[in-house]
Amino acid sequence: MVIAAAREIRDGERVFVGMRLPLLGFAVAKELHAPTAIGIFESGVLRDWPALKPIFTMSDPPNVAGALFCCGLIEVMSLLQSGRVEMGFIGGAEVDRHGNLNTHWVGDDRRRLRLPGSGGAADIATLAGRCVIIMNHERRRFVPRVQYITSPGYGDGAGWRERRGLSGGGPSRTITSLGIFSFDPATREMQIESYHPGVTVQDIRDETDWPLKAAPDVRETLEPSREEILAVRKYDPDGVWTS
Amino acid sequence: MPKLHSLRDAIAREVEDGMSVFMGAALESLIPFAAGYEIMRQRKRGLTLMTTISDMQFDQIIGAGCAGKVCGAWVGNVAAGLGHNYRRAVERGEPGPLAVENHSNFSMALGLKAAAMGVPYLPTRTLMGSDFGEEPSFAGVRCPFTGESLLAVRAVQPDVAILHVQRADEEGNAHVWGNLGVTQDAAMAAGKVVLTCEEIVPHEVILSDPNRTLIPGFLVAAVVCVPLGSHPSPTQGYSRRDDDFYFDYHARSRDRAGFEEWLNHWVLGVEDQDGYVERLGSERVACLKPDSDYMAAPVSYGY
Repeated sequence: MVIAAAREIRDGERVFVGMRLPLLGFAVAKELHAPTAIGIFESGVLRDWPALKPIFTMSDPPNVAGALFCCGLIEVMSLLQSGRVEMGFIGGAEVDRHGNLNTHWVGDDRRRLRLPGSGGAADIATLAGRCVIIMNHERRRFVPRVQYITSPGYGDGAGWRERRGLSGGGPSRTITSLGIFSFDPATREMQIESYHPGVTVQDIRDETDWPLKAAPDVRETLEPSREEILAVRKYDPDGVWTS
Repeated sequence: MPKLHSLRDAIAREVEDGMSVFMGAALESLIPFAAGYEIMRQRKRGLTLMTTISDMQFDQIIGAGCAGKVCGAWVGNVAAGLGHNYRRAVERGEPGPLAVENHSNFSMALGLKAAAMGVPYLPTRTLMGSDFGEEPSFAGVRCPFTGESLLAVRAVQPDVAILHVQRADEEGNAHVWGNLGVTQDAAMAAGKVVLTCEEIVPHEVILSDPNRTLIPGFLVAAVVCVPLGSHPSPTQGYSRRDDDFYFDYHARSRDRAGFEEWLNHWVLGVEDQDGYVERLGSERVACLKPDSDYMAAPVSYGY
């Protein structure tokens, strides 16, 4: 998942990477194919090189020392709202067929489970040039329709974002523990783009609670290269995120 | 009137039951945990806790029964997962019912900025497709110039903002550096500011680097010198994040009895912040010191 996240970052882009696996993906991308990418953190940090040590949160001191720019949250969110952030990673407890994410609550009126809330995810989902969703693939998390939209994907399908006036482009891909998914341009519905080595299309469908389509050219996810594996080990030497 | 107080006096004087209190303005760093512990020791009640994201602190204060409402974007334990007390309060009303007003990080920052600017709302393009964008803190507006549909975020004005900073003088003029989150917006939006700081420095130190003064002292009601006042969260240049403390709390607060044990051990069972630091132990405290100084190049304000 880390390597798949790294591959989503293009050289020169400004990317919201303020969460666990994408943080490492950013370091790997910088090392290999995106040397001029800039990592953005909503705590108010822009970096043009990875954090100086492994970190648990974006506000940890090794992510601040040697940063390019330290500012307030409203400044980084202003860059986002004014269209100067190309991409952002987001996650959630639930995702649906149109890439909407829920991090507020799940369950029914009798037994609701309260989740932490949006943080900055709703802002990134609404405003970033494109979003990449990253999460573990489990049937209870991949639902036909989320109960509550925290971070909007394509709503109920094509045209919804435009009708609502959302300025960002919406989710371009979903990366999970089982595969990589794109969104059909005509219907804005999630489809299998590739399955990870050792996983089948059927395995993915078994862990998805709607009849998930496969892209016409569905294939196996490209194996990690030696360089990619070495870069992951360099930035996660103890295997905190990738063991 | 002198502003320098003990933490106990500052919280007793400036935080009253039922007030709205903003904390955690720098997100996961500079969290005023020591002030939160004192709020719990003084058994404040019915507080509205306000934040962008609250890493563990609100979960503790909710569990201690001090809060009636949360207004913020995220409540939990960033490295470890969900907030168990937050869940128990919202789902089961334990130890008391908790109302929630949802924000995103950006909408909270805009709400504070509106209050800081003295206007009733600010327009934005965020949250126009999010379900919580329908809550009463938000309303659709049309731009009078372009006709575009936008979202208005209602001003957020906390009664008090409690902020931990690196250094301040006795008047509360404060130097802060690192990731700033909504620190300055919260200070300017709030009715008053309570500062906890690692060091009290002479006024001349503040004047030597005015770009680093984020909070002018006239906004500040009380200043308290509390070294390690953000523990277990980090203070850039002074202390590292104590990751184990977060994981330990997460495990122990999984059930109510475990949380009460935690609360008695770390908060109610110690007299004050000195007692808390003593309980941490000198070895653990030594480990929290930064590895290196990583000094900034000096700047000249020559004229």
